Amino acid sequence: MEIKILGTGCANCKNLEKAARMAVEELHLNATVVKEEDITKIMSYGIMRTPAMVVDEKVLFYGRVPSVSEIKEMLTR
Amino acid sequence: MKTKLLNYIRILLLPLWFIIYFNLGWLTDTLVYDVFNMTKGTHLTESVWFFIFEVPKVLLLLTIIIFVVGIIRTWFSPERTRKALEGKSLFTGNVMASVLGIVTPFCSCSAIPLFLGFVESGIPLGVTFSFLIAAPMINEVAIVLLFGLFGWKTALIYVGTGLFIAITAGWVIGKLHLEKWVEDWVYTLKAGQAPEEEKLTFNDRIKRGFEAVKEIVGKVWIYVMIGIAVGAGVHGFVPQDFMASFMGESVWYSVPLSVLIGIPLYSNAAGIIPIVSALIEKGAALGTALAFMMAVIGLSLPEMIILRKVLKLPLIFTFIGVVGTGILIVGYLFNFIF
Repeated sequence: MEIKILGTGCANCKNLEKAARMAVEELHLNATVVKEEDITKIMSYGIMRTPAMVVDEKVLFYGRVPSVSEIKEMLTR
Repeated sequence: MKTKLLNYIRILLLPLWFIIYFNLGWLTDTLVYDVFNMTKGTHLTESVWFFIFEVPKVLLLLTIIIFVVGIIRTWFSPERTRKALEGKSLFTGNVMASVLGIVTPFCSCSAIPLFLGFVESGIPLGVTFSFLIAAPMINEVAIVLLFGLFGWKTALIYVGTGLFIAITAGWVIGKLHLEKWVEDWVYTLKAGQAPEEEKLTFNDRIKRGFEAVKEIVGKVWIYVMIGIAVGAGVHGFVPQDFMASFMGESVWYSVPLSVLIGIPLYSNAAGIIPIVSALIEKGAALGTALAFMMAVIGLSLPEMIILRKVLKLPLIFTFIGVVGTGILIVGYLFNFIF
């Protein structure tokens, strides 16, 4: 599983990255978490609000930082 | 299920809110005069009373309004706003973009993707600017603080003049046809298909309201405290009419000076409004104070630096110039009327 955090480096983007890493760790997922800061790449996902989370090239959610437990729930769904 | 249960518990907090809010005056009196045993009428007592009364009042107001606005905002999104603005003529587009700028969830860190998303779908530059001016300037935190510290009339004036500036400044920028000053790569960008919108239940929306409270109040409470502490100091210690000689109506250059000082100063509404409220009490003119507030909140250096990625420098300066002029007009107008 490849998780991408889309964001241009604001505080919320960093919070989301942290939350995503924690969720992955707590779920013992075999996943990589990478940060995408290139705006042209971010726009290619069609979003207008950052931060966003992309799982295997599909946008899971955008424009907010859910709690770790909510991210865990979404990742296991 | 868990969300539902939590929501019920949260709703039960509402009566507690009302009890505290409507007994604040009495609670503050008890605390200051009986518990702290301070003498009525001294400068220090005045300041302490002001601080102990205003901080919980403003925080309580913020909590409830941000909660309600947070719920309302779940029905709005930049994606929907963009769709509503597509194909609108210049003036209508400016009006709609400014009004939608108030209710659409926006954070200055999303200014770039939002700008790109708007331009990409063919929304005119001037209409996009109306949105980018209104969204940060007219926000719920500013409205709550103005309502709490000045009353509903000033809050309405702020919203009204803010809208006026966003509409006209966007319209002027549109008329100037400044597309050449947008970075070239913006027009070659290929944005992807927008992802599907999430479906929310009513319980999800209430939960989002609480998330908004946690996020925004968690961020601004410290500025509210500092702002009110400075305001309390001014309230208790600065002599009456002290500000009249710098920021009074009779000082003609006070409006442009306030705008010039306000642009590089960066603070959010939560920090600046309590201080401005104390300044007005000490004789600063409303128009001058309004202009200062708008320049600080509406024109911020960090946002300009963010926008520099997509806009060439002449456009940034035009943007500051046009909005600054609008603020100037508002300042003079209100000094003239009141």
